Amino acid sequence: MQFLPVLLWTDALIWILVAVTVAFGAYAARHEHLRVPWRQVARRPLAMGALVVLAAYVTLGLLDSVHFRERLPPVDGESRYSPEVKSVLDLLLAGLRERRERTYSAPFAVYAHAKETMERPDGSRVREHPRLRHGGVHLDDPEARNDDVLQRIGTATVAGLAAWTVIVIGLVMWRRRNDETWPRTLRRLMRGEEPVPWRALFLTSGALILLAANAAWLSRYYHVLGTDQVGQDVLLKSLKSIRTGLVIGTLTTLVMLPFAMALGVAAGYFRGWVDDVIQYLYTTLSSIPGVLLIAAAILSLQLYMALHPDSFATVAERSDARLLFLCVILGVTSWTGLCRLLRGETLKLREVEYIQAAHALGSSHVSILSRHVLPNVMHLVLITVVLDFSGLVLAEAVLSYVGVGVDPTTDSWGNMINGARLEMAREPMVWWSLAAAFVFMFTLVLAANLFSDAVRDAFDPRLRK
Amino acid sequence: MIGYIIRRVLYAIPILVGVNLITFVLFFFVNSPDDMARMHLGVKRVTPAAIESWKADRGYDRPVAYNAQAMGFAKITDTIFFQHSAKLFVFDFGRADDGRDIGYDIQQRMWPSLAIAIPTFAVGVLVYITFALMLAFFRATYLDTLGVVICVVLMSISTLFYVVAGQYLIGKLLHLVPISGYEGGIQAFKFVCLPVVVGIISAVGDNTRLYRSFFLEEIGKDYVRTARAKGLSELRVLFHHVLRNAMIPILTRVVAVIPLLFIGNLILESFFGVPGLGSYTIDAIHAQDFAIVRAMVFLGSALYILGLILTDISYTIADPRVRLT
Repeated sequence: MQFLPVLLWTDALIWILVAVTVAFGAYAARHEHLRVPWRQVARRPLAMGALVVLAAYVTLGLLDSVHFRERLPPVDGESRYSPEVKSVLDLLLAGLRERRERTYSAPFAVYAHAKETMERPDGSRVREHPRLRHGGVHLDDPEARNDDVLQRIGTATVAGLAAWTVIVIGLVMWRRRNDETWPRTLRRLMRGEEPVPWRALFLTSGALILLAANAAWLSRYYHVLGTDQVGQDVLLKSLKSIRTGLVIGTLTTLVMLPFAMALGVAAGYFRGWVDDVIQYLYTTLSSIPGVLLIAAAILSLQLYMALHPDSFATVAERSDARLLFLCVILGVTSWTGLCRLLRGETLKLREVEYIQAAHALGSSHVSILSRHVLPNVMHLVLITVVLDFSGLVLAEAVLSYVGVGVDPTTDSWGNMINGARLEMAREPMVWWSLAAAFVFMFTLVLAANLFSDAVRDAFDPRLRK
Repeated sequence: MIGYIIRRVLYAIPILVGVNLITFVLFFFVNSPDDMARMHLGVKRVTPAAIESWKADRGYDRPVAYNAQAMGFAKITDTIFFQHSAKLFVFDFGRADDGRDIGYDIQQRMWPSLAIAIPTFAVGVLVYITFALMLAFFRATYLDTLGVVICVVLMSISTLFYVVAGQYLIGKLLHLVPISGYEGGIQAFKFVCLPVVVGIISAVGDNTRLYRSFFLEEIGKDYVRTARAKGLSELRVLFHHVLRNAMIPILTRVVAVIPLLFIGNLILESFFGVPGLGSYTIDAIHAQDFAIVRAMVFLGSALYILGLILTDISYTIADPRVRLT
């Protein structure tokens, strides 16, 4: 085989999560009481715009979650595989990885950020900014850079607009009614005469396509977001960080859900000593300040990893183990809120007539819990999962800053910001790593916030009109 | 009331025992003292003798929970558990792994922490309530929508960016106050300003939006309509009726945090170079000083429980209907 597929722990969990989401979607589509709130979400322009952005992030994250090791030329007839674990996204971005500079360079720079001592042909030495190895090498005259960039932006924009137009035309063809003219369909979609806010979808996807086209085209000739200390393209780092952010935001809740649901529902339903024990458990855990518990746990893990270096075959597996552990420990600190919520709701539910009736008819605890209690607390679970996401993405950055976040070798926005602290103190300042991390993170968190608001409004019965 | 408080304090004991056990397991079972010694002395080229002397210096050479060789009470007291974990209950923190007295350090470092935390907290709560009341006053207008949009945007920005931006704008560009550092006495003011402002702004989006939803929930209720019907002005309704009734959810969120102010804000303190408990904790994490982290975990939990009790007491002040029995 040309490739050796590698399934990291977080990969497996991500694909399980995808399967669960698809299954839940199929289930919701067949049940009216779940279809109604989702349809309400689908009618909010802001939520749909946010969904497009989220979908773009998720696509990149999923591409980055298919890992493999490349085959190396065999030695003595024995097949070997490269120790470096790559993902599909790495293949797509191979160009960015190869065009590596020596050290810092600003966005669209042609010259390096720092001066170096260079030898002239006549033997004299001067200190000046050397030309970059890859950024703008196609230019004979570096002065012409601005014109060149503008020209390329123009080309990319035209290409992006063309792609966008194709999508719009496809959509108009799909939504056109039998006796309608094309412009009329377009007008109808744009004016919001259909329940789905097509205009918001058009505009967000258009903006994304334009950005992607420009980034893809320009990054072949320049470092669009500059390079970092070791000359790595910042755009590449930002894109690779997406997976880390998504993993922390989603897997943490996935890991904690079974515990929180089982314990919360059990405490509310059985009461008595079960309730006492579970309450004791979550009060104890929640009374430890989150950062400190995470720090304590991560420190222990670090020590374990330092003393047992042989347990992990590759660097990727080690940093993956740490990422997963971080999700677990973040889950341990954050499940108590949901557990308390579910306990309270179940306490109320068990007194409701239909559950009393189920008792009277002799239903077992298991069937009452699974058929009557769980479906009626699912909206709380869904709201919590969606609302927690953005907070967790932000928490990753803070934890990395404190030094108990993801592995330093893992690409993450937290690590980028952490590194930027020293870069900001340099003279002249290196600002692009920070700016890139800011933009990527802000976009994801803002989209998640907007989307989760819509989900909460649609599913929370107290807010329903 | 007194009886209630005493009972709550007694309830706290099993919880603190639980916290203690968790940290004990994390620090002494997951990694043995031998591992810690190896970590501190450098993983490679460690002689068993060096490990033994490192452990003996810090008192980690005792048995974990039961000392069979000792006599009488010492069977239990002369153990790692008793010396390093149980003693935390009387707030005897012992020594850090580098030999400094943790209790003394905490006493020294709590003042800068409080100097930053108390203004951030007090001014912050006032600012959030003011903004939220304003949005509630202009509810269902474009101003309200704009306010909420700004809140969502502000809460989507990581705290770290506020810190970096604040440091850059106010400290580096405008040269209004020093970028970082701390001094005691009246000089403290100029060092405290920037962290306080950044601390307030970084939480403004979240809290304003939350308080606004508390107010809006109250505004829909019957007594508010009655108050308006008897001819009270909107402002009076907001301040006298809505604010006072929304106090319960606000207190739930606010009072529990007050004791934790003592621990300090990890990020603010370490970014702005304030020698408080927050930066103390971060330094300990970076230096892998487990003794300090252990002490701070215990202290944090004790303060959290104190906060919960204070929250209950504050309910009785805010709402005379609440009785603690």
